[in-house]
Amino acid sequence: MMSRKKRRLWIVIACGLGLSTAVALMLVAFRSSLSFFMSPQQVAARHPPAGRVFRLGGIVQANTVVMGTRDGAPYTTFRITDGRASIPVVYTGVLPGLFRQGQGVVTIGAMSRGDREFLASTVLAKHGADYMPRDVEMALRKAGKWNPKFGPPPNAGAWDDKSPAQIEASNNG
Amino acid sequence: MIPTLGNFALALALAIAVAQSVIGIAGPMLRDRQILRAAPALAIGQFVMLGLSFLALVWAGVVSDFTVRNVAEYSSSTTPLFYRITGTWGNHDGSILLWCLILSLCGATVGAFGNSIPTSLRSRVLGVLGLVSGGFMAFVIAVSNPFARIWPPPLHGAGVNPILQDPGLAVHPPILYTGYVGFSIAFAFAVAALIEGRVDAAWGRWVRPWALVSWLFLTCGICFGSLWSYYTLGWGGFWFWDPVENVALLPWLTGTALIHSAIVVEKREALKTWSVLLAIATFSLSLCGTFLVRSGLLNSVHAFSASPDQGLFILVLLALTIGGSLLLFAFRAPVLAASGVFAPVSREGALILNNIFLCIIAAVVFTGTMYPPFLALLFNRQISVGAPFYDQAVLPLTAPLILAMAVGPLLSWKRAALLPALTKLWFVAVLALLVFGAFILRGHFVAALGLAGAVWVMLGALVDLAERIRLFRIPLGQSFMRLFTIPRAAIGASLGHLGFGIAVLGIAGMSLQTHTIRVLNPGQSIDLGGYNWKLISIKPATGPNYTARDATIEVSRNGHLVEIMHPETRYFTNQKVKTVAAAIRSNGVRNLFATFAGDNNSGGGEFRFNIHPLAPEIWLGGLIMALGGAISLSDRRFRVGAPVRSRLRRPSGSATV
Repeated sequence: MMSRKKRRLWIVIACGLGLSTAVALMLVAFRSSLSFFMSPQQVAARHPPAGRVFRLGGIVQANTVVMGTRDGAPYTTFRITDGRASIPVVYTGVLPGLFRQGQGVVTIGAMSRGDREFLASTVLAKHGADYMPRDVEMALRKAGKWNPKFGPPPNAGAWDDKSPAQIEASNNG
Repeated sequence: MIPTLGNFALALALAIAVAQSVIGIAGPMLRDRQILRAAPALAIGQFVMLGLSFLALVWAGVVSDFTVRNVAEYSSSTTPLFYRITGTWGNHDGSILLWCLILSLCGATVGAFGNSIPTSLRSRVLGVLGLVSGGFMAFVIAVSNPFARIWPPPLHGAGVNPILQDPGLAVHPPILYTGYVGFSIAFAFAVAALIEGRVDAAWGRWVRPWALVSWLFLTCGICFGSLWSYYTLGWGGFWFWDPVENVALLPWLTGTALIHSAIVVEKREALKTWSVLLAIATFSLSLCGTFLVRSGLLNSVHAFSASPDQGLFILVLLALTIGGSLLLFAFRAPVLAASGVFAPVSREGALILNNIFLCIIAAVVFTGTMYPPFLALLFNRQISVGAPFYDQAVLPLTAPLILAMAVGPLLSWKRAALLPALTKLWFVAVLALLVFGAFILRGHFVAALGLAGAVWVMLGALVDLAERIRLFRIPLGQSFMRLFTIPRAAIGASLGHLGFGIAVLGIAGMSLQTHTIRVLNPGQSIDLGGYNWKLISIKPATGPNYTARDATIEVSRNGHLVEIMHPETRYFTNQKVKTVAAAIRSNGVRNLFATFAGDNNSGGGEFRFNIHPLAPEIWLGGLIMALGGAISLSDRRFRVGAPVRSRLRRPSGSATV
């Protein structure tokens, strides 16, 4: 049997070892697997490198959702906008039920080579009553497009206010 | 009329809760028998009032009383009856009322069945419970009253969110909340013990059954939630490391630590201060689990929406409850003297190791969950900590836990030798290594680790049970009889560990899943994982408040028909929302998963097919874990109640051990 002091020492050593392992693991994981949320405006401004995984969120731009098939596998293309810029997105897979034009959406994926389009691996739908993901809400606020204080988010039609040419121009500029 | 009565009953319940907290906490100091007896009655009264209030809200939903804003916004005249009822707690305001109802149920249970607890301790426990429930009822009445009216009422309600129109809503929230809220009893016991300045073996014996009940509900609740998320598209599968999932996992981790450390308190009178802290931490995390999600601080696919003033109220309440109890702990903890000595290699030592690792994992998950909101608050940067972070940081930490899990129960109390325990496990280790080798050769590293760990834990638990019934050392019949004579807590513990192993098996199996996405026309088929999936037809169908497109898929293997599946897409006419209802067929060791994404313009449709090996084991394991908890709960020492010694003790606030 060992003294209380010695036992406490053992416990402290075990805790210290465990905690330092945990901290080391977390630091490594933080460095390699944090993903940033970006709004279309930020993507257009910063041009994230191809293959770097991040979350892209915004409003599904009206009249841009196109479904197609490539080698028997279906895919969907649409554009995500925050009113300042709009990014084309390609998603292969089954879209969640709440996905529709003019609605807030968060996608996880990376830019394709040549910065052309966002290749989404996951499209998330929220089950909250207002269907507006918080990140998207923030992005819209920053873009000055919507403030929750002044009522519900703009509807599908309101997001058609820029022509594709205008959006291209703002992307390039 | 009825909603007004419900509102009145709610206000009455608040008044009773205030009385309960004052009388309950101050009562023992007055040394008046009548006052000591008042707290249980008040607790039961509070439950009755809240029950009536909740029934009134359900009634408003059932008869579609659209003057009640809650009903108008989340129900409609076309919503089926079942979902009009479940819709009561399918929204922010109603779900908090349910939360309060369960909290008052906990108080009423202690009031009605806690006769073996000393009256002064019981009175204080009920007082603390009254304080907590009073705070949250004030929240309900002040800023999120589900009985708020609107005039003029709309003709039809907005309807329940189509994704929530699911049987999962009927079981998942009530069970999960019971788990969350149940820990309030352990919390109240901890705070009451701090006020009294006394924690002994008897305390451990009173707290453990309550902690065990809430733990098993929480386990079931997380299980159902995970299952619901599994078959709902867009929620990221059975476990997504989403903030809302994490905050449910946090109290589960510390609660698991608590039910283990309470054993040490009860058997060896050690780890007392630590257990008190764990009880406080577990309920604090439960509170965070329910309310941080609603404060708008955390960002999640599962979150409810809440207004900013509600968020502030919640944060203040959380700070008061958690900060207050921790402050009390800081002042009073030195009073709780430690006793009981043991060597590092012993049952106590193993349980401490379990506690250390469970709490470290909880700390990692907590950091990962809270880092993004803090970064957003302080630096206005939006980041997300997703599954890869947790896979990298948490999974390595579970490895020592899994390793120790099979060994710990084989060690004896106070002082043990590692070698005899390990020799009992040698063939389990060999089997685990064989499994590891078999899968590593096929190039599945993660699956190999997980499956080997699962085999190690499952067989380790069985070895523990076999040791206890002395299998193969005494005649089989006698061994069988021993199953009924050894403490049920021991059987429960083995089952709990077995269940955890099975769940690990399922999670590891999930990493071997295969899937494909295809456009099929009727008559066409594809092959996936040895199965042939053939689209027969796509037909229209109608539901109570939606229209659907129903696909018929024949799944066959080697020419033999295995399953006929009917994945659907549904269109909810009221909300103009499309949802995807997946079809899942299970044979117990693998799931076939088919989703129908929608028609294309040539008479066919877009499909996703998945094969999830061992997926059913995830939830089966969870349920077995909960079953282990239930069997442990029926142990004789809990049924006969607390030791007589403490029942004879005079109620007094000054006694210290």
